[in-house]
Parts: sequence; C-alpha cells; structure tokens
Amino acid sequence: MPPQATLQPAAPAFDVKVDFSLTINGRKHSFSVEPWVTLLDLLRERLDLTGSKKGCDHGQCGACTVLVDGKRINSCLKLAVTLDGSEITTIEGLADGDRLHPLQQAFVEHDAFQCGYCTPGQICSAQGLINEGRARTAAEIRELMSGNLCRCGAYTNIVDAVEEVVRQGALHKEAAE
Amino acid sequence: MSTSTTASSIGQPLSRIDGPAKVTGRAKYAAEHAADGLAYGWVVSSAIAKGKVKAIHEEAARAVPGVIEILTHKNRPHVAWFDRSYRDQVAPPGEPFRALYDDEIKFSFQPLALVLAKTLEAARAAAALLRIDYIQEEPNTDFENSLEKAYVPPKKRSGIPAPASRGDAQKALDEAHLKVTADYASAAHHHNPMEMHATTVIYGSDGALTVYDKTQGSQNVKSYLVGVFGLANDKVTVRNPYVGGAFGSGLRPHYQVYLATMAALYLKRSARVTLTRQQMVSHVRRPETFQSMALGASEAGGLQSIINSAVTATSTFEDYQENVVNWGVGAYRCADAAADYKLVALDTPTPGDMRAPGAATGMTLFECAMDELSYAVGVDPLQLRLLNYAEVDPISGNPFTSKALREAYDIGAERFGWGKRPSEPRAMRDGNELTGWGMATGMWDATFQKTSARARISANGGLEVATAASDIGTGTYTIIAQVASETLGLPTANIDVKIGDSDLPASPIEGGSWMAASSSAAVQLACQSLGTRLFEAAQDLDGSPFKDIKFEAVSFNDGRIIAKDDPSRFLSITDIMKRADLPSLEVVETAGPGLSGMVSQVKKARATHSAIFAEVKVDDELGVVRVTRIVVAVAAGRILNPKTARSQIMGGVVMGMGMALHEESMMDTRFGRPMNHNFAEYHIPVNADIHGIDVIFVEEEDKEVSPLGVKGLGEIGIVGTAAAIASAVFHATGTRVRKFPITLDKLI
Ligand code: FES
Ligand code: FES
Repeated sequence: MPPQATLQPAAPAFDVKVDFSLTINGRKHSFSVEPWVTLLDLLRERLDLTGSKKGCDHGQCGACTVLVDGKRINSCLKLAVTLDGSEITTIEGLADGDRLHPLQQAFVEHDAFQCGYCTPGQICSAQGLINEGRARTAAEIRELMSGNLCRCGAYTNIVDAVEEVVRQGALHKEAAE
Repeated sequence: MSTSTTASSIGQPLSRIDGPAKVTGRAKYAAEHAADGLAYGWVVSSAIAKGKVKAIHEEAARAVPGVIEILTHKNRPHVAWFDRSYRDQVAPPGEPFRALYDDEIKFSFQPLALVLAKTLEAARAAAALLRIDYIQEEPNTDFENSLEKAYVPPKKRSGIPAPASRGDAQKALDEAHLKVTADYASAAHHHNPMEMHATTVIYGSDGALTVYDKTQGSQNVKSYLVGVFGLANDKVTVRNPYVGGAFGSGLRPHYQVYLATMAALYLKRSARVTLTRQQMVSHVRRPETFQSMALGASEAGGLQSIINSAVTATSTFEDYQENVVNWGVGAYRCADAAADYKLVALDTPTPGDMRAPGAATGMTLFECAMDELSYAVGVDPLQLRLLNYAEVDPISGNPFTSKALREAYDIGAERFGWGKRPSEPRAMRDGNELTGWGMATGMWDATFQKTSARARISANGGLEVATAASDIGTGTYTIIAQVASETLGLPTANIDVKIGDSDLPASPIEGGSWMAASSSAAVQLACQSLGTRLFEAAQDLDGSPFKDIKFEAVSFNDGRIIAKDDPSRFLSITDIMKRADLPSLEVVETAGPGLSGMVSQVKKARATHSAIFAEVKVDDELGVVRVTRIVVAVAAGRILNPKTARSQIMGGVVMGMGMALHEESMMDTRFGRPMNHNFAEYHIPVNADIHGIDVIFVEEEDKEVSPLGVKGLGEIGIVGTAAAIASAVFHATGTRVRKFPITLDKLI
C-alpha cells in the first residue's frame, strides 16, 4: 500500500515579488511588489497617493474608484500586477495644475460633498461615466452613480454637479461639430 | 464696528473653503499621514461574543516576513489601572472598555490582538494566521426577548435629562375619550461613516506623539491618552484636520487610537491602525430601541394624556443612556404626561450617540403614534399637530427663545401641496404603485457651549483664526471663515482657519449640533477683540485719522478701518501694522453661556424644529417603497451659510430615509455575532434611492439662543424623517408597520 499523502496546506510563500510598470497620472512607475498588493494599497501606501480612498476594501462602496485606461474601476478589487502597462488616473491627476477639472469645480460649487471622503471616488466615477457616454439624464446619472456610496447624503448635489458637467460637455461637443 | 455684505459674509452661500483640498485628494484623513518606518497594525477580532481567551498561537503569524510584533493581553505594556483614567467627556457611567486588558471577552469582534508589520499586507496575512482558542460562554444579544430584564439605570449619564412626567397621565388616559396605544421598535444602526476608524501615531525624535485620529474631538482624545498611558501633557498632540464622516461614532476615543498609541509607545516608532469595514461594528452603534406609547385625546383630537416608555440596549459594562422619552412628552401641549426609560444590557459593545441620539428614535416613534391618533380622531395629521401646538415648553413651562414651527408647518405644507391630500389611505394610485403622503414634526435641542478661539493678524494682513473645533463634513471651516471675514472685513482668501488640533484654544467636541453656535460665537468675539486692538493701534499712530472718534464709529471693510461718516478717513490694516511696527497681533477670547457680554441664561427653552412632508410610491404587489419627494421646513435660527446648511439637512434626511427603509444591524443571536457588517448587507441609501429633497429654512430671529442667533443643524434633518415616511407608507397602503426599517416583507 502506498504511503498515505498527508494533506497539509503548502506553507505560504511570502517572498514572491513581481516586476511591472504603470503609468500613473502621466508618470511611468516601475514596481517590484508582491502579487497580492491591490492597486488601492499600492497607491495609498507605497506612492502616498492617498486621494483614492478605502471605504470597504470589498468593492462595495466605490470610494476607491480610479480610471484605468479611461475606465472606472474599484481599485481595491484589482491586484496591481494585473495592470502591467496600464494608464491609471487618480483624483490627483485630474486637475490641470492649479486649475480644477470641471467636475472638481462643479463639486465645489454644488456642495456635492460634506466630509469629502467619498468625493475622489465620486469624481473619478463621474469621469468614467462621462467617458462611457451613457449619462444623459439626471435619472441615468442617479442610477449609474449608485456604485458610489455617500454616507453624508450629498447625492442630489452630486447629481446636479455631474449633470452640469455633462451638459457643458454636450455644449462643447455641439460647438465643435 | 460694522461691515458691508460681501460674498463671504455671514448668511451667504459661500462654497466650502476646504472644498479644493477635498476634491483634489489633498485633504489627508487619519490613515493618510506618512511616517518613516511606519508600523502597520492589523486588529485580530474575537470570533466569539462571550467567554475567555484560552490560548493564542502566534508562531505562524510571527513567521510572516515583515512582522514586527504581536500585542495581546499577555505582553501589552502597562496601562492605567483605574476606570476613571479611561473615562472621556461623553462616557456613560460604567467601566470603559479596555482593549487587550485581560483574557475576558465581552462582545463579538472584540479586539484580541494587534499584529504590527512593516507592510499592510504582511500585517493582514499574519493576522489571518493567528489562531485563538476560546472558552465559550453563552452570550445574550437578543434585545427583543430581553425586554422583561430592563432596568432603570442606577447612575445617570451626565447631560441626559431624567424622564419628565407631569400630572396624572394614567388617570387622564383612563378618562380620555379616545385612546391609541402603540408599541414601536427601531433596529440598531451603525454609523458607518465612509472613512473607517483609523489612527496614525507619528513618533517624534524626542518621543513626543502626534496622533492623527478619526475623532470629533481632538482634546477629548488627548486627555484620554494622557490618562490611559500616563503621558505628559506636552508630549502628545491629537489632530483631526479632516474627518471622513462620523455622525457620533467619533465622539468617544475608540480602541484604534488606544492600540495605535500603545504600539507606538511600545515600539518607539510610528504606527497606524485602521479598522476594516467589518470591524466597524465593534465599537459603537445606535442602540436597538423599543417604545411603548399610549395617547389619550378628546373627541376633537386635543391631547389629554401621553404615556411614553422606552427601552434601549446597552452593554454589560456601561450604561449608555440617551434622551428618548422626553421628545414625545415635550412636543405637544398636554396637561398629563408620564415618561420612563430603561435599559437592557447585552453582550455587545457599548452603544453610543448617533446623529440626533434619542430623538431620531424617540421623537420619530412618537410621531408615528401621533399619526395613528390622527386616523383614530379622524383629523388630518398636520391639523392634529396644530391643534396641540405647544406655545411654551410643555416640560418646563418656560417660553421658547424662538419657535417658528407653525411657520414651518405652513410653508412646508404649501410647498408640498399638502392641502390636496385625500384623507383615506390607498386613495392615490399611479399604475402599479400606490402613492402616499405623510408628515411629521422634528425637534432637537439648540445649545451653545463654552468655546475659545484665537485670532492673529500678521503684518501682511493675513488673519489666522484658530480653535480646537472639528469639521466632520459640517462646514465648520467655512462658517468660521465667514464670521471672521464679516467681523474684520477681510476676504476669505486672506483668512487661514486652523481647527482640528488639540493644541489650539479649547473647544467642545463636535456633536449635539452645538458646534456652529459655539465656534461662531468664540470666533466673532476673538475677531471683535482683535479689531479693537487694531483700532487702538491705529489711534496711537502719528496723524491718525481716528484720534477723535470712537470704535463704534468705524467699520471694517476691504482690509481697512474706515470712519463710518467720512469714508475718506481710513487706514489699511497692513498700514497700521507697518506703521505701528507690529509683526503680528494676537488675541484669545472665550465665549460661553453666562459669560460676560454673552446671551444670558434666561429661563427659556431652546430648540430647533422642523416639519417634514414625504411622498412615497409603493408597489402594490411587491411592496417596494420609493421615497419620491421630501419637503422639509426647518426653523433653526440664523443660517450662517445656506449652502452648507442645506447639505446638513439633506444628509440628515437621507440618513432618516435609511432608517425608515433600509438600515438594520442584524445579530445572529445564537452566537451574538453581527450578520450584516458590510455595505453589501447593511444597506444605506444610494444615489438612485434619492429623489427630490426640498429644504426650506424658515425665518427665525433669535437673540437669546446664542450670540449669533444660531441653533445648529447637524441633527434636526434626521429627526422625524422616518415617521413622515412611515406615515406616507400607511397612507399609501393602509398597512401600519411598527418596526423600523419598513422593508418590503412587512408590506406584502
Ligand atoms: S474601497 Fe473599494 S469599493 Fe469600497
Ligand atoms: S461626502 Fe462624506 S461620504 Fe460623501
């Protein structure tokens, strides 16, 4: 009879590092980090880009929303290594120097936040939504921004801010056409 | 001294001055302050709700590369012995919780170990490998089935009024023409601010600690740390410049600041502890509430008796108390009223204040009973309130400093279109949906607390105003800037507001809606006093244009002091500073009730009021409830900034919608284990849930409530909102749900 194999879990391997690079807010970074580091933790803990927030770490709140190649994602759910070569835009990368991005400006003017903790995620999500070209009405904005929770309850102001920027964008587009 | 109106004056809708920092990600919250050699702490929480730690197996965890230390009750450094060292400004009576103190387990998710590592990932991995053996005991976390064990708290929590009874309510009830009795319950709620509780402790080269904590009161946390760890007063500074929401969860110092500080002192290096969203159920919640009400009324609907009894949950080690019952007995004119309040002790963390503590539940549930009475009497719900309108405070018999609730009812009803409401339930239909209209009254205390502020002007005309206040999203930064701007006639661009630091002049914790009234009074006083000093310096100058005039005869505008009756006589502030050779000028002033020159403590009742009107649409078959319209008219004295004020109210209303329809912290009572400790299962309103919210501020001039006539807005938005929604749900469906939240299973 062959010796019985003991079913022991393999000792966890902690000394694995993977090399990859990301372009973050226009700057290229090279990394050598463990494959279990999420994009959110990479940004916050290793690059001091703390604008992206952690509200749940489980993909349930949207506070960590960033843009990867223009698409909005929950960065807490994404392992950084899987994004090798991607372009990441975080809240820190939206303003043009001292000039606020139109969404940032609209959020300030409409008081679309209180504590501000969900705000970077809301703004990145709104930019992602605009990139998707799907937000045409307030009702659509409400629905399509529902992945971003705001415990301060700034929702109606968020919709007003996003709607204003969407409308401005539509005007610009019309003007350009 | 006077100024003219500018965009930053008091009462103007100035955009938040901290807005740009928040929308660009520059605002740093508690877990976001970098430090060299930072040790990341990960809390290991108890898997059982009651018992003892038998053994902790650390080998596998310690073997994870990067682990620095694991702190447990076995190896933790010395902490204070006496309970009083742990008691903070808002602690209820009892023995405050001490993490890692001994092997005893008092609640599920109690912190049992802190893993410290060089990276977040290593700390997390090691924490997952820590194995704990337990000795289990049977916990009791079943509120509903423990009501018969309720007791009157032997020691009262300071600041909480005793239940107020008057006359003979039982007799009056027996003799009343009409009676309504109703038992109502509200689920426990977790504050769930978007930012998890976190602390970063920066260990200075001299051993001094700079503690960035998620708190509503830096000075409260500081004195706690000084007491618990025996620190010298000048060796610890607590800062909270930005707080990612709190709603009461940051009133008391919680175990993350205790653990992070313990770790930093033990390791002599900087340390951070951030709770997970799941662990956010392990410190504080709005308690489960049960309220039993009996109302007696005349045939016409005049209240003749109110009996209002409530039971709320607490822990086994502290008697957390709130004012639940006095809202009901204090809201309406009624000669005979009785109130009583008891606690049930559960094997859970100690509950705590959450937005409008006591009122969000007590007043709301009472208003539900009023709605039932309106149907029993056969009068319109609004009419019933007007019929029983209290011109004076029914509890003390004192008049109010102001009470524009009648106007709020009128304006709110008008805006809502209440007059068109059919009186019968199920009378309005919109396709598959039944439409219902409901209303309720809201009430909260308007208080003003002793606060100090410093104002300093430098030679270049830059003004710094400072007080240890907090801005938890309330707009404190902005209103302080507005008050300073108006008082000294400077643009907000020249004003630097410094708050959120325990080293600054004393401020109460941010809570109870007193921050705006208190900090605005202190800042105004400091700026007025600075203005006087500037004027005196100007008078002393050679050839001063103010030699022969009094302070009252000048105004502060545009960075200048100007003679009111001759605008050609003026001096700019920078000129005064330069010519008087002053590098800076600084004053510290304290405002508080009863202090000289402040509003007197006349025997009057002080309260904020609101009238809330709600429209719901309920799917007749599926029971899905949508709140399609809210109109809330608020009488809150003077509004410092209508933009941030409106946001405060909306935030309260949204949370009230959550309370009405979604929020419920569930317990698996077999194990005493929280079941829905995450955002996927603890539902808060999302964007798609929110439709029109119309906020109206009713004019209310009040010279007695606080120096600037401000009453505060943090709580009032939530009070009564769930009652208005419940009233609308009944109006839509004819089904009375007496247990919040009103989930669809209760309607079908
Ligand atoms: S932190 Fe990523 S979704 Fe909540
Ligand atoms: S602004 Fe505080 S959570 Fe959205």
